[in-house]
Amino acid sequence: MSPDFLKLIFGRLGLDSLPLHEPILVGTFAMVALGGITLLAGLTYFRLWGYLWREWFTTVDHKRIGIMYMILGIVMLLRGFADALMMRAQQALAFGGSDGFLPSHHYDQVFTAHGVIMIFFVAMPLVTGLMNYVVPLQIGARDVSFPFLNNFSFWMTVGGAVLVMASLFIGEFARTGWLAYPPLSNIGYSPDVGVDYYIWALQVAGVGTTLSGINLICTIVKLRCPGMTMMKMPVFTWTSLCTNVLIVASFPVLTVVLALLSLDRYVGTNFFTNDFGGSPMMYVNLIWIWGHPEVYILVLPAFGIFSEVTSTFSGKRLFGYTSMVYATVVITILSYLVWLHHFFTMGSGASVNSFFGITTMIISIPTGAKMFNWLFTMYRGRIRFELPMMWTIAFMLTFVLGGMTGVLLAVPPADFVLHNSLFLIAHFHNVIIGGVVFGAFAGINYWFPKAFGFNLDVFWGKLSFWFWVVGFYLAFMPLYVLGLMGVTRRLRVFDDPSLQIWFVIAAIGAGLVFLGILSMLMQFAVSFLKREQLKDVTGDPWDARTLEWATSSPPPDYNFAFTPVVHDNDAWWDMKKRGYQRPLTGFKPIHMPSSTGTGIILAGFATAMGFGLIWYIWWLAAASFFAMLAVGIGHTFNYHRDFDIPADDVVRAEDARTKLLVGAK
Amino acid sequence: MTIAVNPSQAGEPVFYLADEHPHPEGYSTSLGFWIYLMSDCLIFAMLFATFGVLGANYAAGPAPKDLFELPLVAVNTSMLLLSSITYGFAMLTMQQNKIAQTQMWLAITGLFGLAFIGIELSEFAHMIHEGATPQRSAFLSAFFTLVGTHGLHVSCGLIWLVTLMVQVWKFGLIEANRRRLMCLSMFWHFLDVVWIGVFTFVYLLGVLR
Repeated sequence: MSPDFLKLIFGRLGLDSLPLHEPILVGTFAMVALGGITLLAGLTYFRLWGYLWREWFTTVDHKRIGIMYMILGIVMLLRGFADALMMRAQQALAFGGSDGFLPSHHYDQVFTAHGVIMIFFVAMPLVTGLMNYVVPLQIGARDVSFPFLNNFSFWMTVGGAVLVMASLFIGEFARTGWLAYPPLSNIGYSPDVGVDYYIWALQVAGVGTTLSGINLICTIVKLRCPGMTMMKMPVFTWTSLCTNVLIVASFPVLTVVLALLSLDRYVGTNFFTNDFGGSPMMYVNLIWIWGHPEVYILVLPAFGIFSEVTSTFSGKRLFGYTSMVYATVVITILSYLVWLHHFFTMGSGASVNSFFGITTMIISIPTGAKMFNWLFTMYRGRIRFELPMMWTIAFMLTFVLGGMTGVLLAVPPADFVLHNSLFLIAHFHNVIIGGVVFGAFAGINYWFPKAFGFNLDVFWGKLSFWFWVVGFYLAFMPLYVLGLMGVTRRLRVFDDPSLQIWFVIAAIGAGLVFLGILSMLMQFAVSFLKREQLKDVTGDPWDARTLEWATSSPPPDYNFAFTPVVHDNDAWWDMKKRGYQRPLTGFKPIHMPSSTGTGIILAGFATAMGFGLIWYIWWLAAASFFAMLAVGIGHTFNYHRDFDIPADDVVRAEDARTKLLVGAK
Repeated sequence: MTIAVNPSQAGEPVFYLADEHPHPEGYSTSLGFWIYLMSDCLIFAMLFATFGVLGANYAAGPAPKDLFELPLVAVNTSMLLLSSITYGFAMLTMQQNKIAQTQMWLAITGLFGLAFIGIELSEFAHMIHEGATPQRSAFLSAFFTLVGTHGLHVSCGLIWLVTLMVQVWKFGLIEANRRRLMCLSMFWHFLDVVWIGVFTFVYLLGVLR
């Protein structure tokens, strides 16, 4: 066949695109392929495909979509953490003339992929999953505002993750750092597919994120049950609302900046080039206008989780509810006024740097107010040190430390010294792990019994907790020291032998965190095996305060047989206090949205289109685009998108719950 | 929403709705669509900002004065403005339940939109022919991207318009179709507003510069 013909069919994809010369990747591929084939064979053997398709892939139930987001986040955590282990090992070894075990070409991909995966495909899915699962239950709704869109958003996120994973074995990933600054990321310096993988993975996933943001805002604004005024919403719902406002107000910026970068790369425009009037620094400005709100998108829901957990496990109403809400809103607004602190060294001048330094420091005020609110909630409370509460306390200690190093970095002259040093790396891992990751784990341990009807095993949970917390401190405190000594980020080899000990300690810390992750997987497995012993029949295993605990565990498809009416901030606590009697009769049919396969099909075509664009396989990109258009338009011709759950089914489900509750007493 | 009290509990606090009416279909749609429009507005805001930063970087290439023909742009602007008016007429006739007239106004709107896209494309072709390509300078990159993104939106609007005309033809002016026409109406007027910005900041101020 002629090369032209091959190029027409495969674009720039060829046999040499497969990383056959990299033993680490070949080994990984063999493992992944083996695992994948086993999984697929198992699913086929046990005839689970139909079940998965009907009950999970096509579902529009916010609870199942939430669980799928969590699974995606945990799976991608394994990939992102594998990258982290490789980096820590490389840096601990590459001393005294040793080159370590990672060639630079591979090492640069590893640190880029680590950042991208951890932010977009671990932290975001975990946070979105928890919001998706919990928010409709907390506001007494039956589902989100746009259930089909919710399914579509999830599969777009998966599509982005699939592209990132594909880059591991087909071609390569970006070697630019997680924000892909030009001119390095422009076609002249990165002519390979790496940056294109980066762009299209984030664009595909970004569509999903924006749409799910719109969806959750509408849900919270429009679907609250009667009596739940804005100032009676649970704090987690409040922080979710603010997070989704941030998503809608910031992800379009990312979309634009990546679109402009792709125009530079594909069309040859001059937005971020060095010549013809382009401005690389504009990219840095634009991407941080998205990037800084993004960190609050991640941490605000975590703040909400800690608020719920603190008040539940202290047996007290949350201290300073109103100030908590205002603090959240103030953080939401301020998060748009600080982006320049990521590049004080750009040289914008003293006045600009002072402005952004001061706004940055001001953010610590509402955050500090939150910290005091949690402390005062605990004060004179009857604290139960269950797993969610342990994660919360670890958060409070760790996050305060990270916050203080953040304020330190907010001082422009100090930042000139510490910019892009390992001090910065230590700082943001300190707040993201200490805030977002610990928050997600607190949330998982807290709401798991709600989602599955049994508690998580405490022994393995505590083991995971201690490995994580100790491992975190061992891994990142040395980085503060190294940063203060002037070691910059993303280095592959070192000359000064006196630095090695700190990297060795950090590597040991990363090893402990690895044990923490394994313990957590063990915790899930053990809990599943012991599910009969750990069963929660009450629906309220923690004696909690908000509405999600008013229904059964796991909740029925329709969440609540009757829409609740709320009189108090802690609605469920109020109901328990005032002798609420669960209704046993009078059930009616319940109107619910129907499942649809359109979401996964559309996202599949979007992913294929991304793949075609990455490899210059133009026919694939065009065909997928038109297929997407046709399926999307075809979907709008379906006017019957919901059905009624018959009253009999509701009666059956509620009777089963009544029996369980009687049995529990 | 009215709260139906469970009769057995009169006088007691009410903790649930005994008699519940589900939210009507499309209950959240207009809010959701508004929020979507605002996110789209941000996309344009970013492109305007980019144009603001790069708009004078001609790189020794052609400047707005050499390129823009204001009379042509004025005709183009009037096409889009007229299409907004005719869309308004379509909505008025929709309120009166006149299917044929609604369809007619929608068709006229579509033709105006098509004319707008046609003129824009010919303007682009002319510029590219003169060597003022998007690759020539940062100013032209920003220009083509901003104006082109708007044109892309109008084209999407046209596809949507045709789809809706088919749906109105097949299913009539049912509630769902009215809601969809309303959303497209907001979208169409939104694009009009954005174009006013483009006309002012890109063309008029560009020629003045």
